[in-house]
Amino acid sequence: MYFVGVDVGASRTKVAILDGEANLLGFDVRRSGTDFQKSSREAFEAAKGSLGQSDFSCVSTGYGRKNVDFAGESKTEIACHAKACFHFFPYPITIIDIGGQDNKVIKLDEKGRRISFKMNRKCAAGTGAFLEEMSLRLNIPLEEMDQMARRSTSMVELGSYCTVFTATEVLEKIRQGKKVEDIIKGLFLSVIKRALEMDSLTDKVVMTGGVVEHNPYMVEMIREITQKEVLVPPHPQLAGAFGAALFAMEIHRQQIKGDQK
Amino acid sequence: MEEKKKTEQKPQPLQSTQMLKKVMADHFYELDEASKTGSRKIAWCTSVGPAELLRGMGFLVYFPENHGAMLGASRMATELIPYANQLGYSPDICSYLTSDIGSYLAKRTPLQKTYNIQSVPKPDVLVFNTNQCRDVKDWFSFYGREFNVPVIGVYTHRSIGKIENYHLQDVAEQFKALIPTLEEVSGQRFDMDRFKEVVGLSRRTSELWRACLETAAHKPSPWTFFDATIHMGPAVVARGTKEANEYYEVLLKELKERTEQGISGVPNERFRVYWEGMPIWGKLRSLSDLFSSLNTCIVASTYCNSWIFDQLDPDRPFESMALAYTELFIVRDEEYKEDYIKRMFEFFKFQGIIFHDAKTCPNNSNNRYGMPERLSKRLNIPCLVINGDLNDLRCFSEEQAKTNIEAFIEQLEES
Repeated sequence: MYFVGVDVGASRTKVAILDGEANLLGFDVRRSGTDFQKSSREAFEAAKGSLGQSDFSCVSTGYGRKNVDFAGESKTEIACHAKACFHFFPYPITIIDIGGQDNKVIKLDEKGRRISFKMNRKCAAGTGAFLEEMSLRLNIPLEEMDQMARRSTSMVELGSYCTVFTATEVLEKIRQGKKVEDIIKGLFLSVIKRALEMDSLTDKVVMTGGVVEHNPYMVEMIREITQKEVLVPPHPQLAGAFGAALFAMEIHRQQIKGDQK
Repeated sequence: MEEKKKTEQKPQPLQSTQMLKKVMADHFYELDEASKTGSRKIAWCTSVGPAELLRGMGFLVYFPENHGAMLGASRMATELIPYANQLGYSPDICSYLTSDIGSYLAKRTPLQKTYNIQSVPKPDVLVFNTNQCRDVKDWFSFYGREFNVPVIGVYTHRSIGKIENYHLQDVAEQFKALIPTLEEVSGQRFDMDRFKEVVGLSRRTSELWRACLETAAHKPSPWTFFDATIHMGPAVVARGTKEANEYYEVLLKELKERTEQGISGVPNERFRVYWEGMPIWGKLRSLSDLFSSLNTCIVASTYCNSWIFDQLDPDRPFESMALAYTELFIVRDEEYKEDYIKRMFEFFKFQGIIFHDAKTCPNNSNNRYGMPERLSKRLNIPCLVINGDLNDLRCFSEEQAKTNIEAFIEQLEES
């Protein structure tokens, strides 16, 4: 018996498979595309790898959570990120998740219960979509951004909320002869600022999402800016899927209890 | 499976809806007839404008904000707003204003489809009260120029903590100052007895409307905020008329019967929530279905409560109207508003509050100065803010809102 979490995000679909001890047996991350059913199935098959056929219990989450036909239940990504983060860090925390189109700030108490949560407003400024757009405009692969930002010696600060206007601002900075690595660090700061202005932080901060998975330098920057203890779970991009799998385990155990009664 | 079946149950609709439709239809047919024939003078009035005075002076009263809500609910607004934007009315200002002016420019109104009425009635005079916002005056001024009719009104006080005599004297004097223009337009002398009679009827409308809303204190609540936004129509457009009062007698009777029989607004009510802010008119149905599927009843709202004018007193018509229109939530300071919501919390016993941050309606978006955070601490319940708008659906992201609402109910389940 294993437990599957499927997180169909606006940008990427993530699958995490856990055993009964919450050990990660397999996982997969791929583009969500337009056919969520297909991408979630393919991601599940890929994550299963050599696990073979066995009974499983599955919970889905994320923007496309209602499109996963092999999931028994769905939970919001807020619940799933909270579940996963509290599993790794079982004390009061503030979670900052920077996703493809969503940012979330979730506060948990000492028992892992949600005190509050906030999501980004209508606009996707400061999310992964912002960096993807900039990567296209600057013709720099996403995976190279982290290393480039680390090489910055004099960060360029960018002002606008708007992704499209920021692109114009970036072009202007290039015309002014600013170095690309300094601009990229400025883009990172822009993402961080959008997330930090959403809510206040408690003493311990946990960061999740694909953006910090692929840009760990951003975590270092947040540590420096906030002077807080900033923690990151293993595979921060999988946090939603991991939490969904933990829910699958919990639901399965409750069912067994129910049956025994 | 049993649980799932329960969740999918449909709520039992209110029988009074048939009568509601007739009251609303009669309201528009009467106005249409007068507009076509000139048989009666027509005053346009803001939703919490001096309707009692206008009726007391023999006017038929038309409420553009009600038309705004119809434009929103029919989802025509989002297409019509750009017509007003082109004239220089910003997409950031009141979307009732922009959609209504857009409707006028495009010559399209929901009245055409619903009542086979070709256009809204022509005004003889436009009367505003800025208690809602400054936008109502700008809105009426547009039509004042279009129709070349007088635009008169009352300027409210704002951010009022304790109501002082000078507030009331000022507003009462402003009401009285409207009379000469109204006499000139109507061709009739002001009749104090008739005015008192309307104030008495309007007070009765308020009492009945309040009683209807208060039935939601019962567990389970016999109806929801979404029902109330529809059934409040007569409290807005026909307050101070016998027809409105007859209607609310019927509705109240039905709601009481539902409480006695345990008929609830949402199936298997598990959670009770308060709605602070404007409705999202174009999404009433989908939001109502969403909350219903989550077994959550929005039991009360500032919005629906805002048409309770308890203080109206036929023996002191001007003074009591000044008090009723100054007691309003929308013109009060933050402390008053928080105390008010606390009273609602104690009365309706809800477990959470949803604030709607309406992009184009700052006066009804009470989340913007830290109130959700303060109330959450004070009442020890969670608050959620969702972004949207009353009419402009370009400002509303459905998936984001849904996830927020579902996560909020999950949070209530956890606590």
